[in-house]
Amino acid sequence: MGRNVLLIEDEPNIIEAIRFILSRDGWHVQTHSEGTSALDAVQRARPDLVILDVMLPGRSGFDILRDIRACAELAALPVLMLTAKGQSRDRAMAESLGASRFMTKPFSNADMLAAVRELAAP
Amino acid sequence: MPRSSTMTGTRIRERRLMLGLKQSDLARTVGISASYLNLIEHNRRRIGGKLLVDIGRALDIETSVLTEGVDSALLGALRDAAAQHVAARADLSRIEEFSGRFPGWAKLLAERHRRVAELERVVEMLSDRLTHDPFLSASLHEVLSTVTAIRSTAAILAETDDLDPDWQARFHRNLRDDSRRLAEGAQALVGYLDDSADVAGRQSLPQEELEDFLTARDHHVAELEDGTAPVDTLIAGADELVTASGRDLARRYLARYAEDAARLPLAPLLRQVVRLGLDPGALAQHFGLDPAIVFRRLAALPGASAGVNVGLVICDGSGTLTFRKRVAGFALPRFGAACPLWPLYQALSRPMAPIRTTVDLAGRPARRFMTYAICTPVAGNGFDGPQVLESSMLILPGPPEDAAPAQPIGTSCRICPRADCPARREASILADGL
Repeated sequence: MGRNVLLIEDEPNIIEAIRFILSRDGWHVQTHSEGTSALDAVQRARPDLVILDVMLPGRSGFDILRDIRACAELAALPVLMLTAKGQSRDRAMAESLGASRFMTKPFSNADMLAAVRELAAP
Repeated sequence: MPRSSTMTGTRIRERRLMLGLKQSDLARTVGISASYLNLIEHNRRRIGGKLLVDIGRALDIETSVLTEGVDSALLGALRDAAAQHVAARADLSRIEEFSGRFPGWAKLLAERHRRVAELERVVEMLSDRLTHDPFLSASLHEVLSTVTAIRSTAAILAETDDLDPDWQARFHRNLRDDSRRLAEGAQALVGYLDDSADVAGRQSLPQEELEDFLTARDHHVAELEDGTAPVDTLIAGADELVTASGRDLARRYLARYAEDAARLPLAPLLRQVVRLGLDPGALAQHFGLDPAIVFRRLAALPGASAGVNVGLVICDGSGTLTFRKRVAGFALPRFGAACPLWPLYQALSRPMAPIRTTVDLAGRPARRFMTYAICTPVAGNGFDGPQVLESSMLILPGPPEDAAPAQPIGTSCRICPRADCPARREASILADGL
Protein backbone atom coordinates (compact mmCIF):
# COMPACT_ATOMS: atom_id res chain seq x y z
CA MET A 1 0.00 0.00 0.00
CA GLY A 2 1.08 3.55 -0.74
CA ARG A 3 1.98 6.24 1.75
CA ASN A 4 -0.35 9.03 0.66
CA VAL A 5 -2.50 10.70 3.35
CA LEU A 6 -5.15 13.36 2.79
CA LEU A 7 -5.78 15.45 5.91
CA ILE A 8 -9.11 17.29 5.92
CA GLU A 9 -8.96 19.73 8.82
CA ASP A 10 -9.44 23.48 9.23
CA GLU A 11 -7.16 24.35 12.16
CA PRO A 12 -3.85 25.54 10.65
CA ASN A 13 -1.71 24.64 13.66
CA ILE A 14 -3.19 21.16 13.94
CA ILE A 15 -2.54 20.68 10.22
CA GLU A 16 1.06 21.77 10.70
CA ALA A 17 1.65 19.41 13.63
CA ILE A 18 0.07 16.36 11.98
CA ARG A 19 1.83 17.05 8.72
CA PHE A 20 5.15 17.22 10.55
CA ILE A 21 4.60 13.99 12.49
CA LEU A 22 3.46 12.00 9.48
CA SER A 23 6.05 13.43 7.10
CA ARG A 24 8.86 12.39 9.42
CA ASP A 25 7.42 8.88 9.41
CA GLY A 26 7.67 8.83 5.64
CA TRP A 27 4.14 9.74 4.62
CA HIS A 28 3.25 12.08 1.83
CA VAL A 29 0.65 14.48 3.35
CA GLN A 30 -1.79 16.54 1.33
CA THR A 31 -4.27 18.84 3.09
CA HIS A 32 -7.70 20.28 2.51
CA SER A 33 -9.52 22.73 4.80
CA GLU A 34 -13.03 23.12 3.49
CA GLY A 35 -16.14 20.98 3.79
CA THR A 36 -18.16 21.48 0.60
CA SER A 37 -15.30 20.63 -1.76
CA ALA A 38 -13.85 17.84 0.39
CA LEU A 39 -15.23 14.97 -1.70
CA ASP A 40 -13.69 16.47 -4.86
CA ALA A 41 -10.40 16.76 -3.03
CA VAL A 42 -10.53 13.06 -2.08
CA GLN A 43 -11.34 12.03 -5.63
CA ARG A 44 -8.51 14.19 -7.03
CA ALA A 45 -5.87 13.25 -4.49
CA ARG A 46 -6.58 9.50 -4.56
CA PRO A 47 -5.02 9.02 -1.09
CA ASP A 48 -4.39 5.69 0.61
CA LEU A 49 -5.90 7.08 3.80
CA VAL A 50 -8.08 10.04 4.81
CA ILE A 51 -7.96 11.84 8.15
CA LEU A 52 -11.28 13.65 8.44
CA ASP A 53 -12.29 16.24 11.04
CA VAL A 54 -15.96 16.31 12.03
CA MET A 55 -16.30 20.07 12.43
CA LEU A 56 -15.48 21.67 9.11
CA PRO A 57 -16.68 24.89 7.55
CA GLY A 58 -19.35 24.31 4.91
CA ARG A 59 -20.13 20.65 5.40
CA SER A 60 -19.86 18.35 8.39
CA GLY A 61 -17.36 15.50 8.45
CA PHE A 62 -20.22 13.04 8.89
CA ASP A 63 -21.80 14.19 5.62
CA ILE A 64 -18.46 13.98 3.85
CA LEU A 65 -17.96 10.45 5.17
CA ARG A 66 -21.41 9.50 3.88
CA ASP A 67 -20.44 10.91 0.43
CA ILE A 68 -17.18 8.98 0.44
CA ARG A 69 -18.88 5.69 1.30
CA ALA A 70 -21.48 6.32 -1.40
CA CYS A 71 -18.76 6.35 -4.07
CA ALA A 72 -18.10 2.84 -5.29
CA GLU A 73 -14.38 3.42 -5.84
CA LEU A 74 -13.95 5.02 -2.39
CA ALA A 75 -16.06 2.54 -0.41
CA ALA A 76 -13.03 0.71 0.97
CA LEU A 77 -10.87 3.78 1.61
CA PRO A 78 -9.66 3.84 5.25
CA VAL A 79 -11.04 6.95 7.00
CA LEU A 80 -9.85 8.12 10.41
CA MET A 81 -12.40 10.48 11.96
CA LEU A 82 -11.29 13.28 14.29
CA THR A 83 -13.69 15.04 16.60
CA ALA A 84 -13.42 17.55 19.39
CA LYS A 85 -16.44 16.08 21.06
CA GLY A 86 -15.77 12.69 22.59
CA GLN A 87 -19.44 11.92 22.98
CA SER A 88 -20.60 8.39 22.45
CA ARG A 89 -23.29 9.76 20.16
CA ASP A 90 -20.64 11.04 17.73
CA ARG A 91 -18.73 7.80 17.93
CA ALA A 92 -21.86 5.76 17.17
CA MET A 93 -22.67 8.09 14.30
CA ALA A 94 -19.18 7.74 12.83
CA GLU A 95 -19.30 3.97 13.12
CA SER A 96 -22.72 3.69 11.51
CA LEU A 97 -21.52 5.80 8.58
CA GLY A 98 -18.54 3.54 8.03
CA ALA A 99 -15.59 5.27 9.69
CA SER A 100 -12.60 2.93 9.91
CA ARG A 101 -11.45 4.49 13.14
CA PHE A 102 -12.47 7.28 15.49
CA MET A 103 -10.11 9.54 17.44
CA THR A 104 -10.97 12.30 19.95
CA LYS A 105 -9.12 15.57 20.24
CA PRO A 106 -6.81 16.19 21.93
CA PHE A 107 -4.91 13.07 20.83
CA SER A 108 -1.29 12.17 21.45
CA ASN A 109 1.10 12.19 18.48
CA ALA A 110 2.04 8.58 19.16
CA ASP A 111 -1.60 7.48 19.00
CA MET A 112 -2.12 9.36 15.76
CA LEU A 113 0.93 7.75 14.20
CA ALA A 114 -0.04 4.29 15.41
CA ALA A 115 -3.58 4.69 14.05
CA VAL A 116 -2.36 5.81 10.65
CA ARG A 117 0.15 2.95 10.40
CA GLU A 118 -2.46 0.42 11.41
CA LEU A 119 -5.10 1.68 9.01
CA ALA A 120 -2.72 1.77 6.07
CA ALA A 121 -1.34 -1.70 6.75
CA PRO A 122 -2.40 -4.10 4.01
CA MET B 1 -70.41 33.79 61.04
CA PRO B 2 -67.65 33.11 58.51
CA ARG B 3 -68.89 32.38 55.05
CA SER B 4 -67.36 28.93 54.97
CA SER B 5 -69.43 27.54 57.82
CA THR B 6 -72.66 28.37 56.02
CA MET B 7 -71.69 25.56 53.66
CA THR B 8 -71.41 22.92 56.38
CA GLY B 9 -74.78 21.43 55.43
CA THR B 10 -73.80 21.22 51.77
CA ARG B 11 -70.60 19.39 52.68
CA ILE B 12 -72.51 16.94 54.88
CA ARG B 13 -74.85 16.23 51.98
CA GLU B 14 -72.01 15.73 49.51
CA ARG B 15 -70.17 13.43 51.86
CA ARG B 16 -73.31 11.42 52.56
CA LEU B 17 -74.12 11.06 48.86
CA MET B 18 -70.54 10.07 48.15
CA LEU B 19 -70.81 7.29 50.68
CA GLY B 20 -74.14 6.24 49.20
CA LEU B 21 -76.04 6.73 52.48
CA LYS B 22 -79.70 7.56 52.57
CA GLN B 23 -80.73 10.71 54.38
CA SER B 24 -83.04 8.72 56.62
CA ASP B 25 -80.32 6.22 57.53
CA LEU B 26 -77.88 8.94 58.56
CA ALA B 27 -80.61 10.74 60.51
CA ARG B 28 -81.39 7.54 62.40
CA THR B 29 -77.73 6.89 63.18
CA VAL B 30 -77.27 10.28 64.79
CA GLY B 31 -80.70 10.32 66.40
CA ILE B 32 -82.50 13.13 64.60
CA SER B 33 -85.42 13.22 62.20
CA ALA B 34 -84.84 13.00 58.48
CA SER B 35 -86.60 16.30 57.91
CA TYR B 36 -84.31 18.03 60.41
CA LEU B 37 -81.27 16.55 58.66
CA ASN B 38 -82.75 17.77 55.40
CA LEU B 39 -82.89 21.31 56.78
CA ILE B 40 -79.30 21.02 57.96
CA GLU B 41 -78.16 19.72 54.58
CA HIS B 42 -79.73 22.70 52.87
CA ASN B 43 -78.01 25.07 55.25
CA ARG B 44 -81.27 26.19 56.82
CA ARG B 45 -80.24 25.14 60.30
CA ARG B 46 -76.96 25.82 61.94
CA ILE B 47 -75.17 22.82 63.25
CA GLY B 48 -72.48 22.42 65.85
CA GLY B 49 -71.52 20.69 69.07
CA LYS B 50 -72.25 17.04 69.67
CA LEU B 51 -74.51 16.60 66.65
CA LEU B 52 -71.73 17.76 64.33
CA VAL B 53 -69.30 15.38 65.99
CA ASP B 54 -71.80 12.52 65.64
CA ILE B 55 -72.39 13.25 61.98
CA GLY B 56 -68.69 13.54 61.39
CA ARG B 57 -68.19 10.14 62.98
CA ALA B 58 -71.06 8.59 61.03
CA LEU B 59 -69.62 9.97 57.80
CA ASP B 60 -66.06 9.04 58.80
CA ILE B 61 -64.76 12.55 58.25
CA GLU B 62 -63.10 15.25 60.34
CA THR B 63 -65.58 17.81 61.58
CA SER B 64 -63.22 20.59 60.56
CA VAL B 65 -63.48 19.38 56.97
CA LEU B 66 -67.25 19.68 57.26
CA THR B 67 -67.20 23.13 58.80
CA GLU B 68 -64.32 24.72 56.98
CA GLY B 69 -64.07 22.68 53.84
CA VAL B 70 -60.74 21.88 52.34
CA ASP B 71 -58.64 24.26 50.41
CA SER B 72 -59.05 22.88 46.91
CA ALA B 73 -55.71 24.23 45.77
CA LEU B 74 -54.05 22.39 48.65
CA LEU B 75 -55.89 19.20 47.76
CA GLY B 76 -54.83 19.54 44.14
CA ALA B 77 -51.21 19.93 45.14
CA LEU B 78 -51.41 16.93 47.46
CA ARG B 79 -53.00 14.76 44.77
CA ASP B 80 -50.30 15.76 42.36
CA ALA B 81 -47.64 14.88 44.91
CA ALA B 82 -49.28 11.52 45.56
CA ALA B 83 -49.23 10.76 41.84
CA GLN B 84 -45.53 10.04 42.04
CA HIS B 85 -45.67 7.89 45.13
CA VAL B 86 -47.12 4.39 45.32
CA ALA B 87 -47.70 4.31 49.07
CA ALA B 88 -49.30 7.73 49.06
CA ARG B 89 -51.57 6.66 46.23
CA ALA B 90 -53.02 3.99 48.45
CA ASP B 91 -53.92 6.70 50.96
CA LEU B 92 -55.56 9.01 48.42
CA SER B 93 -59.04 8.26 49.71
CA ARG B 94 -58.04 9.79 53.05
CA ILE B 95 -56.58 12.95 51.57
CA GLU B 96 -59.23 15.21 53.09
CA GLU B 97 -58.87 13.59 56.46
CA PHE B 98 -55.14 14.19 56.26
CA SER B 99 -55.34 17.82 55.27
CA GLY B 100 -58.16 18.39 57.77
CA ARG B 101 -56.30 16.86 60.71
CA PHE B 102 -52.82 18.11 59.88
CA PRO B 103 -53.25 21.33 57.92
CA GLY B 104 -49.71 22.44 58.70
CA TRP B 105 -48.11 19.21 57.56
CA ALA B 106 -50.32 19.13 54.50
CA LYS B 107 -49.25 22.64 53.56
CA LEU B 108 -45.62 21.75 54.10
CA LEU B 109 -45.94 18.70 51.86
CA ALA B 110 -47.72 20.67 49.14
CA GLU B 111 -45.15 23.43 49.37
CA ARG B 112 -42.21 21.00 49.17
CA HIS B 113 -43.79 19.24 46.25
CA ARG B 114 -44.22 22.53 44.43
CA ARG B 115 -40.61 23.42 45.14
CA VAL B 116 -39.35 20.09 43.81
CA ALA B 117 -41.31 20.62 40.61
CA GLU B 118 -39.82 24.10 40.29
CA LEU B 119 -36.32 22.80 40.76
CA GLU B 120 -36.90 20.03 38.26
CA ARG B 121 -37.79 22.69 35.75
CA VAL B 122 -34.62 24.60 36.51
CA VAL B 123 -32.55 21.45 36.04
CA GLU B 124 -34.33 20.77 32.79
CA MET B 125 -33.65 24.31 31.63
CA LEU B 126 -29.97 24.07 32.52
CA SER B 127 -29.55 20.72 30.87
CA ASP B 128 -31.29 22.06 27.77
CA ARG B 129 -28.81 24.86 27.78
CA LEU B 130 -25.84 22.51 28.07
CA THR B 131 -27.11 20.45 25.17
CA HIS B 132 -28.36 23.13 22.84
CA ASP B 133 -26.58 26.32 23.70
CA PRO B 134 -24.65 27.30 20.56
CA PHE B 135 -22.25 29.56 22.42
CA LEU B 136 -21.27 26.86 24.88
CA SER B 137 -20.85 24.31 22.14
CA ALA B 138 -18.72 26.64 20.01
CA SER B 139 -16.58 27.65 23.00
CA LEU B 140 -15.88 24.07 23.99
CA HIS B 141 -14.97 23.22 20.43
CA GLU B 142 -12.59 26.16 20.28
CA VAL B 143 -10.92 25.20 23.55
CA LEU B 144 -10.54 21.55 22.52
CA SER B 145 -9.16 22.46 19.10
CA THR B 146 -6.60 24.76 20.63
CA VAL B 147 -5.60 22.19 23.23
CA THR B 148 -5.19 19.63 20.46
CA ALA B 149 -2.82 21.88 18.53
CA ILE B 150 -0.87 22.74 21.68
CA ARG B 151 -0.53 19.12 22.75
CA SER B 152 0.69 17.96 19.37
CA THR B 153 3.06 20.89 18.92
CA ALA B 154 4.47 20.62 22.43
CA ALA B 155 5.12 16.89 21.97
CA ILE B 156 6.93 17.54 18.71
CA LEU B 157 9.14 20.15 20.38
CA ALA B 158 9.88 17.92 23.35
CA GLU B 159 10.35 14.62 21.56
CA THR B 160 12.10 15.45 18.29
CA ASP B 161 15.86 15.37 18.85
CA ASP B 162 17.09 16.74 15.53
CA LEU B 163 14.45 19.43 14.97
CA ASP B 164 15.40 21.87 12.23
CA PRO B 165 15.80 25.43 13.71
CA ASP B 166 13.28 26.85 11.23
CA TRP B 167 10.67 24.27 12.21
CA GLN B 168 11.53 24.80 15.84
CA ALA B 169 10.90 28.55 15.57
CA ARG B 170 7.68 27.93 13.73
CA PHE B 171 6.35 25.52 16.34
CA HIS B 172 7.33 27.88 19.14
CA ARG B 173 5.38 30.62 17.46
CA ASN B 174 2.34 28.34 17.00
CA LEU B 175 2.55 27.37 20.64
CA ARG B 176 2.59 30.98 21.76
CA ASP B 177 -0.39 31.88 19.53
CA ASP B 178 -2.38 28.84 20.53
CA SER B 179 -1.80 29.31 24.23
CA ARG B 180 -3.06 32.87 23.97
CA ARG B 181 -6.13 31.65 22.13
CA LEU B 182 -6.68 28.98 24.74
CA ALA B 183 -6.45 31.50 27.57
CA GLU B 184 -9.02 33.75 25.90
CA GLY B 185 -11.35 30.88 25.09
CA ALA B 186 -11.15 29.48 28.61
CA GLN B 187 -11.81 32.89 30.10
CA ALA B 188 -14.86 33.46 27.93
CA LEU B 189 -16.16 30.06 28.92
CA VAL B 190 -15.66 30.65 32.63
CA GLY B 191 -17.33 34.05 32.38
CA TYR B 192 -20.27 32.51 30.61
CA LEU B 193 -20.63 29.65 33.11
CA ASP B 194 -20.38 32.12 35.98
CA ASP B 195 -23.35 34.03 34.61
CA SER B 196 -25.33 30.84 34.19
CA ALA B 197 -24.56 29.71 37.73
CA ASP B 198 -25.79 33.05 38.92
CA VAL B 199 -29.10 32.62 37.19
CA ALA B 200 -29.46 29.06 38.41
CA GLY B 201 -28.62 30.16 41.93
CA ARG B 202 -31.73 32.26 42.08
CA GLN B 203 -33.77 29.31 40.87
CA SER B 204 -36.70 31.20 39.56
CA LEU B 205 -38.56 30.82 36.33
CA PRO B 206 -39.41 33.84 34.22
CA GLN B 207 -43.14 33.24 34.28
CA GLU B 208 -43.12 32.85 38.05
CA GLU B 209 -41.24 36.10 38.48
CA LEU B 210 -43.92 37.87 36.49
CA GLU B 211 -46.63 36.10 38.48
CA ASP B 212 -45.04 37.16 41.77
CA PHE B 213 -44.73 40.70 40.48
CA LEU B 214 -48.40 40.83 39.48
CA THR B 215 -49.68 39.03 42.57
CA ALA B 216 -47.93 41.58 44.76
CA ARG B 217 -49.94 44.25 42.91
CA ASP B 218 -53.17 42.29 42.81
CA HIS B 219 -52.84 42.31 39.01
CA HIS B 220 -53.58 46.02 38.93
CA VAL B 221 -50.67 48.24 37.88
CA ALA B 222 -51.82 51.70 38.93
CA GLU B 223 -48.72 53.40 37.51
CA LEU B 224 -49.67 52.25 34.01
CA GLU B 225 -53.32 53.23 34.43
CA ASP B 226 -52.47 56.89 34.94
CA GLY B 227 -49.19 56.82 33.06
CA THR B 228 -47.14 58.03 36.03
CA ALA B 229 -44.31 55.55 35.47
CA PRO B 230 -42.99 54.11 32.22
CA VAL B 231 -42.65 50.34 31.90
CA ASP B 232 -38.86 50.39 32.20
CA THR B 233 -38.99 52.29 35.49
CA LEU B 234 -41.46 49.78 36.90
CA ILE B 235 -39.26 46.89 35.86
CA ALA B 236 -36.10 48.46 37.21
CA GLY B 237 -37.79 48.95 40.58
CA ALA B 238 -39.27 45.46 40.85
CA ASP B 239 -37.51 43.10 43.26
CA GLU B 240 -39.44 40.13 41.92
CA LEU B 241 -37.93 40.40 38.44
CA VAL B 242 -34.45 39.00 38.91
CA THR B 243 -33.52 37.28 35.66
CA ALA B 244 -33.09 38.86 32.26
CA SER B 245 -35.79 36.64 30.79
CA GLY B 246 -38.14 37.46 33.66
CA ARG B 247 -37.65 41.16 32.97
CA ASP B 248 -38.13 40.59 29.27
CA LEU B 249 -41.39 38.74 29.88
CA ALA B 250 -42.55 41.51 32.22
CA ARG B 251 -41.60 44.17 29.70
CA ARG B 252 -43.74 42.56 27.03
CA TYR B 253 -46.62 42.00 29.44
CA LEU B 254 -46.55 45.54 30.82
CA ALA B 255 -46.19 47.12 27.39
CA ARG B 256 -49.38 45.36 26.37
CA TYR B 257 -51.00 46.37 29.67
CA ALA B 258 -50.20 50.03 28.95
CA GLU B 259 -51.52 49.68 25.41
CA ASP B 260 -54.74 48.07 26.69
CA ALA B 261 -55.14 50.77 29.34
CA ALA B 262 -54.78 53.49 26.73
CA ARG B 263 -57.45 51.89 24.55
CA LEU B 264 -59.81 51.17 27.43
CA PRO B 265 -59.08 53.52 30.34
CA LEU B 266 -60.16 52.58 33.85
CA ALA B 267 -62.79 55.28 34.49
CA PRO B 268 -65.11 54.57 31.54
CA LEU B 269 -64.61 50.83 32.03
CA LEU B 270 -65.71 51.07 35.67
CA ARG B 271 -68.76 53.14 34.68
CA GLN B 272 -69.85 50.54 32.16
CA VAL B 273 -69.14 47.65 34.53
CA VAL B 274 -71.62 49.26 36.93
CA ARG B 275 -74.14 49.57 34.10
CA LEU B 276 -73.60 46.34 32.18
CA GLY B 277 -72.02 44.10 34.82
CA LEU B 278 -69.03 41.86 34.17
CA ASP B 279 -70.29 40.93 30.72
CA PRO B 280 -67.25 40.98 28.42
CA GLY B 281 -69.41 40.60 25.32
CA ALA B 282 -71.57 43.62 26.12
CA LEU B 283 -68.51 45.62 27.19
CA ALA B 284 -66.59 44.76 24.02
CA GLN B 285 -69.56 45.79 21.93
CA HIS B 286 -70.06 49.01 23.84
CA PHE B 287 -66.42 50.06 23.46
CA GLY B 288 -66.00 48.59 20.01
CA LEU B 289 -62.98 46.58 21.10
CA ASP B 290 -61.63 43.08 20.69
CA PRO B 291 -63.09 40.93 23.53
CA ALA B 292 -59.56 39.73 24.41
CA ILE B 293 -58.65 43.30 25.41
CA VAL B 294 -61.78 43.52 27.56
CA PHE B 295 -60.80 40.20 29.21
CA ARG B 296 -57.38 41.57 30.10
CA ARG B 297 -58.84 44.83 31.38
CA LEU B 298 -61.39 43.05 33.56
CA ALA B 299 -58.65 40.83 35.00
CA ALA B 300 -56.68 43.99 35.82
CA LEU B 301 -59.49 45.78 37.66
CA PRO B 302 -58.48 46.92 41.14
CA GLY B 303 -59.55 44.22 43.62
CA ALA B 304 -62.67 45.76 45.13
CA SER B 305 -64.21 47.28 42.04
CA ALA B 306 -64.94 44.03 40.22
CA GLY B 307 -66.88 42.76 43.22
CA VAL B 308 -65.79 39.20 42.40
CA ASN B 309 -62.62 37.33 41.71
CA VAL B 310 -61.82 37.55 38.01
CA GLY B 311 -59.54 34.84 36.62
CA LEU B 312 -57.76 34.85 33.27
CA VAL B 313 -55.68 32.34 31.37
CA ILE B 314 -53.98 32.88 28.04
CA CYS B 315 -52.32 30.27 25.85
CA ASP B 316 -50.42 30.36 22.59
CA GLY B 317 -51.08 28.22 19.54
CA SER B 318 -49.31 25.23 21.08
CA GLY B 319 -51.67 25.30 24.05
CA THR B 320 -48.91 26.39 26.40
CA LEU B 321 -50.29 28.62 29.15
CA THR B 322 -48.48 31.91 28.76
CA PHE B 323 -50.41 33.83 31.38
CA ARG B 324 -52.45 32.84 34.40
CA LYS B 325 -54.34 34.85 36.93
CA ARG B 326 -55.61 32.47 39.53
CA VAL B 327 -59.10 32.48 40.93
CA ALA B 328 -60.14 30.67 44.10
CA GLY B 329 -61.52 27.21 43.42
CA PHE B 330 -60.35 27.02 39.81
CA ALA B 331 -57.11 25.08 40.13
CA LEU B 332 -54.69 25.76 37.30
CA PRO B 333 -51.97 23.26 36.43
CA ARG B 334 -48.67 24.51 37.66
CA PHE B 335 -46.69 23.08 34.78
CA GLY B 336 -47.60 21.23 31.68
CA ALA B 337 -50.85 21.07 29.85
CA ALA B 338 -54.30 21.68 31.26
CA CYS B 339 -57.60 19.92 30.60
CA PRO B 340 -58.25 19.67 26.84
CA LEU B 341 -61.93 20.40 27.45
CA TRP B 342 -61.26 23.92 28.66
CA PRO B 343 -63.14 26.38 26.46
CA LEU B 344 -59.73 28.08 26.12
CA TYR B 345 -58.60 25.26 23.83
CA GLN B 346 -61.91 24.93 22.04
CA ALA B 347 -61.60 28.60 21.13
CA LEU B 348 -58.15 27.84 19.71
CA SER B 349 -59.72 25.62 17.08
CA ARG B 350 -62.29 28.28 16.17
CA PRO B 351 -60.39 31.55 15.87
CA MET B 352 -62.45 34.73 16.32
CA ALA B 353 -65.55 32.86 17.52
CA PRO B 354 -66.58 33.99 21.01
CA ILE B 355 -67.41 31.03 23.25
CA ARG B 356 -69.36 31.38 26.48
CA THR B 357 -69.54 28.20 28.52
CA THR B 358 -70.72 27.33 31.99
CA VAL B 359 -68.23 24.81 33.34
CA ASP B 360 -68.12 22.48 36.31
CA LEU B 361 -64.58 22.03 37.48
CA ALA B 362 -64.09 18.48 38.77
CA GLY B 363 -63.63 18.31 42.49
CA ARG B 364 -65.45 17.62 45.68
CA PRO B 365 -67.66 19.49 45.39
CA ALA B 366 -67.49 20.42 41.72
CA ARG B 367 -67.21 24.17 41.35
CA ARG B 368 -69.21 26.06 38.79
CA PHE B 369 -67.78 28.92 36.76
CA MET B 370 -68.78 31.01 33.81
CA THR B 371 -66.07 31.22 31.17
CA TYR B 372 -65.69 33.45 28.13
CA ALA B 373 -63.10 32.40 25.59
CA ILE B 374 -61.88 33.81 22.32
CA CYS B 375 -58.93 33.17 20.07
CA THR B 376 -57.43 36.10 18.19
CA PRO B 377 -54.39 36.65 15.97
CA VAL B 378 -51.57 38.50 17.73
CA ALA B 379 -48.70 39.14 15.38
CA GLY B 380 -49.73 41.36 12.53
CA ASN B 381 -47.77 40.23 9.53
CA GLY B 382 -50.53 40.75 7.01
CA PHE B 383 -50.94 38.03 4.42
CA ASP B 384 -47.32 37.01 4.59
CA GLY B 385 -47.71 34.97 7.77
CA PRO B 386 -46.95 33.14 9.84
CA GLN B 387 -50.30 33.49 11.53
CA VAL B 388 -49.75 33.65 15.27
CA LEU B 389 -52.81 32.97 17.41
CA GLU B 390 -53.50 33.48 21.06
CA SER B 391 -56.46 32.20 23.02
CA SER B 392 -57.80 33.88 26.17
CA MET B 393 -60.32 32.67 28.70
CA LEU B 394 -61.96 34.85 31.32
CA ILE B 395 -63.13 32.99 34.44
CA LEU B 396 -66.05 34.38 36.45
CA PRO B 397 -68.20 32.89 39.21
CA GLY B 398 -70.82 30.57 37.78
CA PRO B 399 -74.61 30.77 37.83
CA PRO B 400 -76.43 28.73 40.51
CA GLU B 401 -76.14 24.97 40.19
CA ASP B 402 -79.69 24.34 39.07
CA ALA B 403 -79.61 26.98 36.35
CA ALA B 404 -78.46 25.06 33.31
CA PRO B 405 -76.34 22.08 32.34
CA ALA B 406 -72.62 22.78 32.48
CA GLN B 407 -69.64 21.44 30.58
CA PRO B 408 -67.66 19.15 32.89
CA ILE B 409 -63.97 20.02 32.87
CA GLY B 410 -60.94 19.33 35.05
CA THR B 411 -57.61 20.84 35.92
CA SER B 412 -55.45 18.32 34.17
CA CYS B 413 -55.87 14.59 33.53
CA ARG B 414 -53.55 13.35 36.25
CA ILE B 415 -55.55 14.90 39.05
CA CYS B 416 -58.99 14.68 37.46
CA PRO B 417 -61.56 12.23 38.82
CA ARG B 418 -63.76 12.10 35.71
CA ALA B 419 -63.27 8.45 34.83
CA ASP B 420 -65.19 8.25 31.56
CA CYS B 421 -63.95 11.48 30.02
CA PRO B 422 -63.58 11.14 26.23
CA ALA B 423 -60.75 13.67 26.21
CA ARG B 424 -58.58 11.85 28.73
CA ARG B 425 -54.92 11.61 27.66
CA GLU B 426 -53.45 9.84 30.67
CA ALA B 427 -54.80 7.85 33.57
CA SER B 428 -55.91 9.71 36.63
CA ILE B 429 -54.20 9.03 39.87
CA LEU B 430 -57.57 9.47 41.52
CA ALA B 431 -59.25 6.45 39.99
CA ASP B 432 -58.57 4.33 43.05
CA GLY B 433 -59.00 7.17 45.45
CA LEU B 434 -62.61 7.94 44.71
